[in-house]
Amino acid sequence: MKSDSPLFLVAQDLTLFCICVNVQSQPASLAAEDISTNSNGPKQDSLFDDDPEDLFAEATEEVSLDSPERDVLLSDGPSPAITPITPPTSVITPRIGHTHDDMFTHSSFDEIEEEEGGDSFDIHISVSDPEKVGDGMNAYMAYKVTTKTSISLFKRNEFAVKRRFSDFLGLHSKLASKYLHIGYIVPPAPEKSIVGMTKVKVGKEDQSSNEFVEKRRSALERYLMRTVKHPILLKDPDVLQFLESSELPRAVSTQALSSAGLLRMVNKAADAVNKMTIKMNESDAWFEEKQQHFENLDVQLRKLHTSVESLVCHRKELSVNTAQFAKSAAMLGNSEDHTALSRALSQLAEVEEKIDQLHQDQANADFYLFSELLGDYVRLLTAVKGVFDHRMKTWQKWQDSQMLLQKKREAEAKLQFTNKPDKLQQAKDEIKELEGKVQQGERDFEQISKTIRKEVSRFEKERVKDFKTIIIKYLESLVQTQQQLIKYWEAFLPEAKAIS
Amino acid sequence: CPRAVNVDLQTDAMLQVDISDALSERDKVKFTVHTKSTLPNFKQNEFSVVRQHEEFIWLHDSFVENEEYAGYIIPPAPPRPDFDASREKLQKLGEGEGSMTKEEFTKMKQELEAEYLAIFKKTVAMHEVFLCRVAAHPVLRKDLNFHVFLEYNQDLSVRGKNKKEKLEDFFKNVVKSADGVLVAGVKDVDDFFEHEKTFLLEYHNRVKDASAKSDRMIRSHKSKNLLNPIASSLYTLGTQDSTDLCKFFLKVSELFEKTRKIEARIAADEDLKLADLLKYYLRESQAAKDLLYRRSRALVDYENANKALDKARAKNRDVLQAETSQQLCCHKFEKISESAKQELIDFKTRRVAAFRKNLVELAELELKHAKGNLQLLQGCLGILKGNT
Repeated sequence: MKSDSPLFLVAQDLTLFCICVNVQSQPASLAAEDISTNSNGPKQDSLFDDDPEDLFAEATEEVSLDSPERDVLLSDGPSPAITPITPPTSVITPRIGHTHDDMFTHSSFDEIEEEEGGDSFDIHISVSDPEKVGDGMNAYMAYKVTTKTSISLFKRNEFAVKRRFSDFLGLHSKLASKYLHIGYIVPPAPEKSIVGMTKVKVGKEDQSSNEFVEKRRSALERYLMRTVKHPILLKDPDVLQFLESSELPRAVSTQALSSAGLLRMVNKAADAVNKMTIKMNESDAWFEEKQQHFENLDVQLRKLHTSVESLVCHRKELSVNTAQFAKSAAMLGNSEDHTALSRALSQLAEVEEKIDQLHQDQANADFYLFSELLGDYVRLLTAVKGVFDHRMKTWQKWQDSQMLLQKKREAEAKLQFTNKPDKLQQAKDEIKELEGKVQQGERDFEQISKTIRKEVSRFEKERVKDFKTIIIKYLESLVQTQQQLIKYWEAFLPEAKAIS
Repeated sequence: CPRAVNVDLQTDAMLQVDISDALSERDKVKFTVHTKSTLPNFKQNEFSVVRQHEEFIWLHDSFVENEEYAGYIIPPAPPRPDFDASREKLQKLGEGEGSMTKEEFTKMKQELEAEYLAIFKKTVAMHEVFLCRVAAHPVLRKDLNFHVFLEYNQDLSVRGKNKKEKLEDFFKNVVKSADGVLVAGVKDVDDFFEHEKTFLLEYHNRVKDASAKSDRMIRSHKSKNLLNPIASSLYTLGTQDSTDLCKFFLKVSELFEKTRKIEARIAADEDLKLADLLKYYLRESQAAKDLLYRRSRALVDYENANKALDKARAKNRDVLQAETSQQLCCHKFEKISESAKQELIDFKTRRVAAFRKNLVELAELELKHAKGNLQLLQGCLGILKGNT
């Protein structure tokens, strides 16, 4: 093995390395207890332990990581997601004598998934009935979360629970800590708002606090729908508990991983990454291209979001001014002493009043359809940036292990010439441990890269679908406005002509 | 009005006035006033002069100050041409040229230039309307000052009133408004005028409010046309996207470019048909109120002259003088009342006709634009839905 002097930095060599490695020794971290069906999800490093076990343990077939079967898995296609967390027990327990390679393992997962939920995604969540609970500064809003589904994962087809905002933040916090660092794009929770909530708490039942509650309710609903649309997250026990159980332990530390916090973390990581030198190869080029794509997208979406927010603002202003003009026109009609003209002016006032309502409705559509979609995607993109950065960190960790291994090997080589058998043994032990770490590091990097590719593909599909759906809905709202306008002016025209 | 030929049926003379050209210079507008007339007092049948805004004001004020015209609604003076706001916007655009793309800059420049042109056209129209109203009035059209205004091809040297004159004007207006309040309180014996007074006082205030509110509404409508940055963002998104969305974004961007142009036209049409209408009748109703005030003043003078005559007769001193004075006041009051009645009836007729015309045109234009918008939206939707 020593003569191989593996060059870990280049993927092609990586392939060879994986095949040749002697995996008869078990690295310390691969404890079987780590992957039990009782756990609340995978712990940090032991996530993919069973996969490599299956691959390397007494492998009788030499399967290259670049085999065509593997390529199928990596390509963009309607391949169902793989669930590494709670794999069926039939695959875990027999650790030896497994001749399955990656693909077989995956296809058995496929079968199981098909039994469970069927091919179509059938779950609908609504957040409704905001209710103020308590008084003063300790008051909070409770929302009803109703789930309608035919997925057999759930105990019933239709059920509802009461949740408060911090519960949603708590859910996101748990999901983020479990999945972000291994490459899953976890949808961000809606933003906190001290100003908005204070108004609600203080008890002002005015239009702005009602708008705030409605905005939040809508955001929470979209958040849950995005979360359950993710095939992995849907099956997470925390998600299931959130949707189903009537009592939920209060989430206290909801500061973790807010969207802003995530962005700060990402920026810190980005700075660290810039200080490293990274050698690029073809597979990395894909990641670089995607990162650039998301960067550009982020810039444009932010710009568009700002413009649309402006549009909402101005349309609301137009509505107010139209209402005022309507009142003024009515007054003018009252004082006009020519009967027919007076009536026509009153009709004009009525038309303008109706148009004011139209403007208000359109402003709502501008906001809830267009503006919020853009806002959601700006926030989602921070999560996407986050997973790319986690990949970088994973890579760095692997590199660090490799460099340390190299040092230890050099040290061991020197020790060979000294007469210190204890120290030599210690060095050999350390090297074995480090070799395990390096292997693990490489596997983690492989896995996160694979996951990200799948996630990005899924994300892009969702993005295309979301934007298409919402843009069409938005245009339909514009169509409706014009149709109403036509109706109103067509009714008014004969009145104007009747003036004589 | 601009193209109507005003024929005086008595003298069989034709008088047609219009503004055939206008030039906007840095801080002034030069109007070319073009006249076609068969009236004998003009040297030629067709001629043009160049006039500036102040000369229009001079003409208007000369009507107001002329006692002979006390019984007429003096056509309201055109408002001063105001390009300040538009010029400021163009200047800001020039300063900000570096901060936007060439395309954005060109688009904004075109928009602002169109706005400038619209304001320019409006001020020309308003000055023209004033002249036409004068030319259409059976008495005012014969006014000497009017003829000088139309024909004298030299500078009328009426610009820049000196300070003393300006102060005099100021006090005149103050007195007038105080009087207006005083006079408005006196109940008129004549039902017709009593009704007109009540009506005009309220109407004028309501028109003022409606005019202000319509201005604000239309300004909002113009600023709502922020679809420009939205369209260009969508366009950039479309060019950058490698998915199916690319075509979506590009189509929607194109759509918003087109609908934005329609929205701009809607705002412009609302401005012309609604805002300008209200502004004009604000000025006309003020002119009508001024007429009523003058009549009231004449009535007060008449009543005072009566009292003076009674006193003179009682004291048997200066009776003849008092009688003459009383007769003059009586004559003046009756003359004003007679022409005022007709003027106010004509005012109503004109008002109703103008509102009818503008409201019908407004509704027709709103319909046209809404249908245009609808067609564009449905066309785009059809394409996008066919794609998914």
